Amino acid sequence: MTRGLAHLLRPLIAENPVTRQILGICSALAVTTSMATALTMSVALTAVLCVAAAIISAIRHHVPGSVRLILQITIVASLVIVTDELLQAYAFAVSQRLSIFVGLIVTNCIVLARIESFAMRNPVGASVLDALGNGLGYSLVLLIVAAIREFCGTGGLFGVPLVATQETGGWFQPFGLMRLAPSAFFIIGLLIWAIRSLRPEQVEIPEHRLAPARGGS
Amino acid sequence: MTEIFLTAIFADNLALSFFLGICTFLAVSQRLGTAVGLGLSVILVQGVTVPLNAVIFRYLLADGALGWAGLPDIDLSFLRIIAFIGSIAATVQILEMLLDRVAPALHRSLGIFLPLITVNCAILGGSLFMVERDYGIAESVVWGFGSGAGWALAITGFAAIRERLRYSDMPEGLRGLGGAFIVTGLMSLGFSAFGGALP
Repeated sequence: MTRGLAHLLRPLIAENPVTRQILGICSALAVTTSMATALTMSVALTAVLCVAAAIISAIRHHVPGSVRLILQITIVASLVIVTDELLQAYAFAVSQRLSIFVGLIVTNCIVLARIESFAMRNPVGASVLDALGNGLGYSLVLLIVAAIREFCGTGGLFGVPLVATQETGGWFQPFGLMRLAPSAFFIIGLLIWAIRSLRPEQVEIPEHRLAPARGGS
Repeated sequence: MTEIFLTAIFADNLALSFFLGICTFLAVSQRLGTAVGLGLSVILVQGVTVPLNAVIFRYLLADGALGWAGLPDIDLSFLRIIAFIGSIAATVQILEMLLDRVAPALHRSLGIFLPLITVNCAILGGSLFMVERDYGIAESVVWGFGSGAGWALAITGFAAIRERLRYSDMPEGLRGLGGAFIVTGLMSLGFSAFGGALP
């Protein structure tokens, strides 16, 4: 039981797929302009990841090594098509704003990495927990970044205004940069900085050291 | 046409304004030489797969595309994701064998990058954008080469900056990945400035 819990909890911060394993960053950045898109994307990715992990873990003993990649991609792509069609049927407005990024879950490295490195070698239960943990770790980063970007960019969350902006007679001046692409890079960079300051064991070892300053200049 | 080409390279740069292929972008930019190699492979694969997928979509998958086969009521466009991934994987495989035969020297330098490209979201994203923006066959050739060139330009510039960054004295937590994100953000800021300069 504790092992199962570890599979679920480790990917949240200590082994977070986005900030630690550098996986799935493409979509993590692109859909974070608002909370609604980020939440939809998180749910879609977590669902695809869990189902794919369960299926692949269940058939792992029957898959010849030479065709495993193409089989994995086919299974993931089929699940993504189902997700995409479901979103277009029941959440059309959000799926329009997500544009091509739901389709890009197929090439999201989190999915392939977890399937290839975990689900192919572990029983169904553990694989689903690992997939759920990684999905939630990804969602956590996405929601943090989206919350910062939407609040600073529009003064609200989920499209609901929280502070009065200057346009409506309040004091808050929306920070336009937050709605553009570069801000996502800055926020993730700063987030990594924050996590590594709290967990110094994650700091990368430098390839070069600066020579100590010479005294008495 | 020129407009599509220039927009694809600068304002709509796949890596810096749509975040496509960022995983590879960050992982394979430690050395300038390898970054250039990867960039060239992306231009090549993108230039081949986007027009190929445009043909597949136009004559097999789009709504009513099967009219030539006497089946005008069929809409297979929901199959595009799986069809594109398949055609990309097949193209990469064929290109690899072809390069090995025709230009072994080029294959030795690009060979290790080609398998990586199958799961590079810039390639699949390029094809999906082509569908979303309703490009014709000729436009898709221009968009394919342009977006590939834009991605190559971005990774080349980034690798050059990163080679210098290695000698800089950064705060410990920012070293490596964190700093790479901040630099990419600054580059993205620079590229987005081109958006206003284009017609």
